[in-house]
Amino acid sequence: MNDPDPWSDAGTIRALAGRIEQRARRLTRGIKLMEVCGTHTHAIARAGLRRMLPSNVKLISGPGCPVCVTPIDYMDRAVALARRADVTVCTFGDLLRVPSSRSSLERESAAGHDIRIVYSPRDALRIARAAPERKVVFLGVGFETTLPGIAAALEEAEREQLDNFLVLPGAKLLEPPLRALVEAGDVQVDGFLLPGHVSVITGSAFYAFMTDALRVPGAIVGFTALDVLSGVERLVELVAAGEARVLNLYPRVVTESGNRAARELLERWFEPVDSRWRGLGSIPRSGLALRDQFAHRDASKLDVALDPTCEPRGCRCGEVLKGAIEPPDCPLFDTVCTPLEPVGACMVSSEGTCAAWYRHERCEEHA
Amino acid sequence: MRGTRVKADSRILLGHGAGGRLTHELVARSILPALDNPYLATLSDAAVLTQLPAGRPAMTTDGFVVDPPVFAGGDLGYLSVCGTVNDLCVSGARPLWLTWALILEEGLELELLERFVRGAARAASEAGVVLVAGDTKVVPRGKGDRAYAVTSGLGVVPPGRELGDQHIRPGDAVLVSGPIGDHGATILAHRHELGSDELRSDCAPLAGLIEALFAARVDVRAMHDPTRGGVATTCYETCRRGNLRIELDERALPVRREVAATCRLLGLDPLYLACEGRVLVWVSEEHAERALAALREHPLGRGAVRIGVVAEPSPGLAPLVLRTAAGGRRPLDMLSGLDLPRIC
Amino acid sequence: MCLAIPMRLVERREFVGTGEVDGVRREIGLALCSEARVGDFVLVHAGFAIGCIDEEAARETLAALARIAAEDGP
Repeated sequence: MNDPDPWSDAGTIRALAGRIEQRARRLTRGIKLMEVCGTHTHAIARAGLRRMLPSNVKLISGPGCPVCVTPIDYMDRAVALARRADVTVCTFGDLLRVPSSRSSLERESAAGHDIRIVYSPRDALRIARAAPERKVVFLGVGFETTLPGIAAALEEAEREQLDNFLVLPGAKLLEPPLRALVEAGDVQVDGFLLPGHVSVITGSAFYAFMTDALRVPGAIVGFTALDVLSGVERLVELVAAGEARVLNLYPRVVTESGNRAARELLERWFEPVDSRWRGLGSIPRSGLALRDQFAHRDASKLDVALDPTCEPRGCRCGEVLKGAIEPPDCPLFDTVCTPLEPVGACMVSSEGTCAAWYRHERCEEHA
Repeated sequence: MRGTRVKADSRILLGHGAGGRLTHELVARSILPALDNPYLATLSDAAVLTQLPAGRPAMTTDGFVVDPPVFAGGDLGYLSVCGTVNDLCVSGARPLWLTWALILEEGLELELLERFVRGAARAASEAGVVLVAGDTKVVPRGKGDRAYAVTSGLGVVPPGRELGDQHIRPGDAVLVSGPIGDHGATILAHRHELGSDELRSDCAPLAGLIEALFAARVDVRAMHDPTRGGVATTCYETCRRGNLRIELDERALPVRREVAATCRLLGLDPLYLACEGRVLVWVSEEHAERALAALREHPLGRGAVRIGVVAEPSPGLAPLVLRTAAGGRRPLDMLSGLDLPRIC
Repeated sequence: MCLAIPMRLVERREFVGTGEVDGVRREIGLALCSEARVGDFVLVHAGFAIGCIDEEAARETLAALARIAAEDGP
């Protein structure tokens, strides 16, 4: 009934896996390649790619799931906003079950607070239009891919003078944590699988810092099994040759200069600020805050009663996010922390590293 | 609708549930005409039925809550009868009698209620069952979501039929009667404002299809309808109950292109979307082809295919595994929590 | 980090349009991709077109991968 998908053609995949194996024989040591993007983590797990790679090429997951890197105090603020009688919180489904210090949006919804799951910031605009008497707060998490859409929704609200549409900024940028990871040096990363859809916005030229400053090779790849494997193949080749280049293997959507209009819109609405990341701590200029002139759209300015912040005990999400440990190394994984009762954010988001491992990688060893 | 004058009897009033004259009028005007049968016509406290045919009686009950209550391919009424009929059928029973209770929200359009009644009547006639008793209650506006339905069903497993997960053996084939995820995708697409002329729920009573399987003398080990949680959750539960392992083949899974597209758009997996008119069948390898042929001869089973195989149980291994199109292997879990659309 | 899928733009007004993929349609915001024309494939993320798809480049990538399979395949 389905046309065979050429992007997951088993024959081509076998051939690529064979090539990776050949190239890996020339490596003098085991190497670690980091997929930065959670959607890659998910795609790798879904297709079962990890087990197709030779033992000296390891894929590790990085801090690229916006849900996972969102610090717990952001969730505390979202929960506190939801408890205000005059607020409707709109969120991507991904955030609904992320634990805050004492609750989660899912629990607040059960307690009768108005929380709506939306697919797009535009859906939140529609909710704001229909309920002018309420403050409609969109939870603005995401990286460069998602943020321009949030800015576009803000722009639309401004144009329509839709005064009850606000955003709680939780925006994160890609470059600062990559730099922080490599510069800290506590995790060996020999090459990066770079996030294809962030790159649609940033363009491939953006990654010059990897070649110039970090001296680590990278490959911009798409999200099919073939895309990911071809990225691994080229990275193994670059590592073996000691070349720190960045290749654009996703030219069907990624251009050199990226989406300039989207970046201009971001620039108009947001400014870089120091930002805290779950597991990585505060990283200078790694987040985006609304510019002062748009303070009337900034939900973080609303008065709320916050629960005291407390991180879950024993949770090692932070190290998982840095690629320092694999999920099964965390004592909570698959014991008290499961997708049904997540303790850490990495288990909640379906593209979280722990959730992807729980679902797809426990296969033959844990059951 | 606030502020507009409506004709008093175009909507459900609280009084329609009070048991008095209004209730009688409602039943007589909106419910009985479509469902008329000798048992219901008496309007007495209980339906006194005839002697059951030979075999072991089987009973089931189910509650139905669906948003939207009318969707491409069905409605709350049709769905509520199909669901209960199908639960009886996959247990090997021939469904006979159903009860049907409705909980209506004050303000519901009568037209919608009549649509549910016609839907239930159509499903009952397609399945060859009789709705022998019913009830209607009305809750105040805001205390319910338009309408809920509760059905109970009674059927009989004919002598000699023995179905159950304990009969499934390593080497058995896993069949599905048609494309998966049609119902779930149709509902989710509606909720998330995706438009499609092609998406349509598979909602249907399976009585005829399943009897065709037995008529072809297929030795069926077990059957399940992959409703909530979809094919993956149903297979997972089967593994757990029967202490089995199942390997599904991703390339064999029948998924319509519009269902696959809906899943890609919303970040969901068709293996976890509900079907309301499909059956998963476990048969011995020798019977697999005969079973497929019998299924395909019936209009509801045209798309029947083999999707997997039962493997030797092994304590160290995940119970349910998908052989991916890419050539990898991926363990499948039960659906955890809600299936939410996601951006990442 | 971000699910995005290709859709064909089948209709457009000023800042919004309709995208279609395999018989499923959704309204999409075009504020980030104002150059998109009806008939183009766009990449859609969270309800917005974030970029156009270069079909020629897609074919080339697939062809290059297919060559690997042809050279190294069984």
